[in-house]
This record gives sequence, C-alpha cells and structure tokens, in this order.
Amino acid sequence: MSDKRPKVKAKGFQEWMEINIWGLLIVLGLVLSVGGLVEIVPLFFMKNTMEHNKFPEIVWEKAGQDPIVAVGENGKEQWNWQPGDGVRPLTAVELAGRDIYQREGCYLCHSQMIRPFRDEKERYGHYSLSSESMFDHPFQWGSKRTGPDLARVGGKYSDEWQRQHLHNPRSVVPESVMPSYPWLEESYINGKKLRRHMGGLRLVGVPYSDADIAAAPALAEGKTEMDALVAYLQVLGTMVKLDESKAYRE
Amino acid sequence: MQASLEQKYNLEIVRWFTIMAAIYLVVGAAVGVYIASELAWPFLNFDTPYISFGRLRPVHTNAVIFAFGGCTLMATAFYTVQRTCGVRLWSDKMARFTFWGWNAVIVLAVLTLPFGITQSKEYAELEWPIDILIAVVWLSFTINFLMTIATRKTSHIYVSNWFFLGMMVMIVYLHVVNSLAIPVGLFKSYSIFSGVQDAMIQWWWGHNAVGFYLTAGFLGIMYYFVPKQAGRPIYSYRLSVIHFWALMFGYVWLGAHHLQYTALPDWTGSLGAAVSIAMIIPSWGGAVNGMMTLSGAWDRLRTDYVLRFLIIALAFYAMSTFEGPVMALKTVNALSHYTDWTIGHVHSGALGWVAGISIGAIYHLMTRLYHTEMFSERLINFHFWTATIGTVIYIVAMWVSGIMQGLMWRAYDEYGTLAYTFVESVDAMHPYYAMRAVGGMIFLLGAVVMLFNVLMTVRKSVVSGSLDKARAVPAAA
Repeated sequence: MSDKRPKVKAKGFQEWMEINIWGLLIVLGLVLSVGGLVEIVPLFFMKNTMEHNKFPEIVWEKAGQDPIVAVGENGKEQWNWQPGDGVRPLTAVELAGRDIYQREGCYLCHSQMIRPFRDEKERYGHYSLSSESMFDHPFQWGSKRTGPDLARVGGKYSDEWQRQHLHNPRSVVPESVMPSYPWLEESYINGKKLRRHMGGLRLVGVPYSDADIAAAPALAEGKTEMDALVAYLQVLGTMVKLDESKAYRE
Repeated sequence: MQASLEQKYNLEIVRWFTIMAAIYLVVGAAVGVYIASELAWPFLNFDTPYISFGRLRPVHTNAVIFAFGGCTLMATAFYTVQRTCGVRLWSDKMARFTFWGWNAVIVLAVLTLPFGITQSKEYAELEWPIDILIAVVWLSFTINFLMTIATRKTSHIYVSNWFFLGMMVMIVYLHVVNSLAIPVGLFKSYSIFSGVQDAMIQWWWGHNAVGFYLTAGFLGIMYYFVPKQAGRPIYSYRLSVIHFWALMFGYVWLGAHHLQYTALPDWTGSLGAAVSIAMIIPSWGGAVNGMMTLSGAWDRLRTDYVLRFLIIALAFYAMSTFEGPVMALKTVNALSHYTDWTIGHVHSGALGWVAGISIGAIYHLMTRLYHTEMFSERLINFHFWTATIGTVIYIVAMWVSGIMQGLMWRAYDEYGTLAYTFVESVDAMHPYYAMRAVGGMIFLLGAVVMLFNVLMTVRKSVVSGSLDKARAVPAAA
C-alpha cells in the first residue's frame, strides 16, 4: 500500500460521498434529521394534538392562580380543587409520590395509557387523552403491562388496600409477581426538596403558583414515602370527568 | 505480515474494548437472568430496594446495550476503520479517553441505577451529569473515527464505515434531544418535554437506539467481519448502497409505531407504521447481502464456528426485521402492544442478531489481536449451540406468553363480559416466565464459556510470547 492516498475522480454523487468524508457527513446529517422533524415538530404546534384546545373544560382553569391545596392555621388542608375540576399539576405530596414511582421503576410494568378498545374501557375506563398528561415531565405512559394499567386507578381501591398491597402484594393478590415495598414506610418525604422540584417543573412550564410551592413543607410534614405514593396513585385518572357523549379525539 | 500490524495500527485499544465486551456480556446477561427469575419467582426480590425488579431492569438494559454493545461497537469500529483506511487511529490519546470515559459511564450506571437515581425514560435512564459525560465521550469516539477516515490512505470509504458513521451522527441527535432536562439536584432532573411530545421524543430515541445503535452499528460490523471471515468479497455493492440510504432515511420514522392507539395523534402513529412496513425491504437487503457473501462457500459453515455465529445472526436479523413490521401493523399492534411479545421481539434481535454478530466478531478479533488461535474451537462450538438454543427457548416462551396475554385481555364470555381478570393473565404467565429464565440461563452459560475461552486465549498468547513477538517486529517489516 502506498503512503499517499490515490487521487480519483468521482463518477456521480454516491462516489463523491465515498471519497469525501465531509460530504458524506453533511448528507448523513440532513438525511437523518428528516423523519424526526416531520414527526415531532408538528406535535408542538398543531392545535388538535391536545384535546383541551377544543374542550377547555378538561384543564382546571385556576391552575397557577389559586393554590391547589393549602394548609390552614389549624393545620387542616383546604382544597381549592375537587376531583373532576380538570387537569392540574400534582400537589407537593403527590409529586413526591410520583418521584418514588419513577425511582422504583413502576413504569416498567405498569402503563398509564388506556387505548380506545372495548375491553380496555371495561377494564380500565375511558381512553386516555393527551391533555391528561400535559404536566407529566417525563411522560409515564409506559410500554409494558406486566401489571395492569394505572391511568385511572385513583379511587378504585381504598388507601388501606393500596398500603397493604404495596407492603406485600401477595397478601391481597396471591398470584401477583410484584415486588414488596416495605421500605416506603421507613422514610419521610422532604418538603424543602419538593419545593426545589416544583420550582424546576415550573421552569419547564408546569403552572405552579407561588403558594403551591410555598405550601410544600407544610403539606409534606410527617408524611412517609408510602403516604406520598398512595396519594399519587389515588389522584391518577380522577382529575377530569370525561363525558361519554363527546368525541375528544378524531 | 501480521506482526507489522501491531506497530502500524493501534490494536491495544481494540484489545481493551474486546475483553471488556466479553466481560460485560456475562454481567448483562446475568442481571437479565436474575430479573427474569424475579418475574417467575417474586421472592427473589428479597424485599430489598437495590435488587427489586424496577431498579435492576435498567441495570440489565444499560449493561447489555451500552456496556456490552458499546464496547463491541467501539472495538470493531476502531479496528475496522484502521484496517479499511490503511492508517493508524488519528489520536491514541483520544481513544484511551474514549475507553476510560465509556467505562466510567458504565461504573456510574451501576452506582446510580440500583439507588433509584433515574430519569425514568427507557434506555435513557442515566441522570443528567452522566448524560453530559456520555455526550463528551461519544463525541470523542466520533471525532477520532471521522479524523481517521479523513487521514486515510485508501481512495474510497468502505461501506462498514458509512454504517458506523450514520450511527454515530444519529446517536448524537437522539441523545442530546431526548436527554434535555431541567436539573433540580445533582441526582434528579425532569425532562423539559411533557406528555405526548415527550412520549414521541422518547420513542424516536427508543426505536433508533435499536435502529441505529443496535442495527446500523452492527451492520457496520457485518460488512467487515462477514467478508473477512468468509474470505470472499461482499455479495453486492449496489445492494449495500441502496439499503444503506434506505435504512438511514427510513429508520428514523419508526418510533411512532410504539405509540399506536395511544393519545399520540393518529397521523403520527400511522405514518410510523407505514414506514415500518416499508423497512422490511432495506432490512432484508442487508441480510441477503450478508448471507449471499457466502455463496459458493456454504461448506465453510460445517467447519468454521465463527462464521456460523455470523450467519445465524443474519438469520435472526432477517427474522426479527420481518417480525417488527408485522408488529407495527395496527391490527397486530392492538394485540401485541403492552405484552411479552414485544420483549420476545427485542430479544430475538438482541440475543440472536446483535449478540450473535458481536460474538462472531469478538472471536475473529481475538485471533488477530493476540496473534494466536483460540484456546478451544470446541468451546466456540459449544457456545454456538447454547447461544442458539437459549435464544430460541427465550423467544418462543415470549411469543406464547405475549399472544396469550393479548388474547386473554380481550376475551369475552358468552354473557358479553370480560372473560378473565387481569391477575388470571399474570397467573397464566408463570410457566412461560420460568421457561424464559431457563432460556436466559442457557444463553448465559454460553457467555461464561466465551469469557473463559477469551481469557485462556490471552493467557496462551502471553505464555507463548506471540503477542510480545508481534510487538517486537519493526514497523517496516
């Protein structure tokens, strides 16, 4: 092999790329970007991607103005939002629960995305809307159902059942293959950390009011990780009351 | 002639990556067998957070994709680019940085994932500081590769290098965009995207981690190692050009088929499905091109165990790239989505194709890198059969369980109510989960045998002095 690269003249475009690395790099850069641009960019701009553009009532209109829940002088929680009022950001405690849901990898076995099929409707409820996960950073739709879908699990079981089930799934569902999570009862959630988490989410567009963020330490006070995860599970799917007669999609 | 290669090229870095790939295959497969067993026998979670399924599963996927797959890619890309360009790596220092940086990423993954430190995006779980390190290391890998080609002594850039380069560029796009997140602490961040957009970006990443990292990159391996091992030129140059550009353009679109019937707009999912079905043509183009390279030399399969690995890998590649488009059909997807069928499909690609072609390349490399024959040919044959049988058991178990799950979930009884509760479907999976774990164990056994064979070959080379001899020969030889 000689020490110098032999000089060749390209016959056509393909050969030009085969002897010109920078040309090949640039053409690859262009070719590889097309699919992503076409499929992803419109999702940020096309109004019909999010159902609340057509049905504004599915988002809570006071999100970002009134605090979702505040702790009064007497230490009692005062809720400005009621189930069915519409999609809203998670409260500090629910967010702590969601952080735990991510940490434990729950999304690997449980989806949160009901498809518009008869059996899924009967098993899990109304099909999921994209507006329902608009504040979910990152999304938790999942890709596998080793366990059942959880998009509308809120309110299906009592808090006590959820605790017992998380503590030892086989004590309530003998055939279950889910791990037990006894350690969730052993640590408390941290209000200060949650304030930081909520602040970060606000930066990427989740409408938290100052009062929502300020309330985090008071709301988190004395709550275990188990309390937080149960609070998160119990709010899933309870935010919007969907109307069977409306076609939200298509 | 062999000896002078030692001075002309940087084979040291290739040796390091090759040995680490053999080690990580054992680690990744062992974790896989463990989590598969947890699903069959849940007591194995031992109520311990660090080894519970949800935390170990990302350890498995990261270990096999990034540790094993990554080290294989880096070993083969650094080897192929030097051999086909007739020139030493552009920067030895940068190559060493790539090696230590990539292994640091893997160590950090093991130190964070079991503690639940995760971004919770599949195959992109690692938290933001590690993501930054990945980007830096990946760029060092890419730049070194590019510059080596830029300083080549050959007139044309060989087809393997097109595939490697396409993979490198696409992974830069995917990793940077999908990992965009707002840090809220050293070990916690939230994706800047939410809901439907985040889902589409994640699966644009997810499917192209498969399509580019695990397919284009390994096709680069195929285009060098199959002709080399068979001692014949690649079957068709024209086919390689067509299937290269079709793959580069087309694969990017497929992610949307992971989100059919979800809240993703129908147009996006359908577009993804349509392109997915078309992709069967370029995929088979690659498989045919690799297999037909053996045309006229099929008898070699009887005696050449390494070639067997390479060819069975192409057979699995052809099979899973047929299965993929079928699963992207809307009617099939309605049944297969969310079930074990997906897991089976992934593993027919991962165990059959990716691991198969990698193992073939590793055995081929070992003899070239250590200037000696393998310690044991019979153990390679043993490995071939364990890998093949283990893979087949695994995917058959997942086909049956996946289709069964899908059918049970949608079954109705004569009164028009759902025939099965969810947990009845879980219960019905038990024998298949056990069977899958056994398939995995057989595959793991083969991986352990390969590691033993590889290490004994290194020992043999050191003891016999063939590596030292090769090093001592002056470059001009």
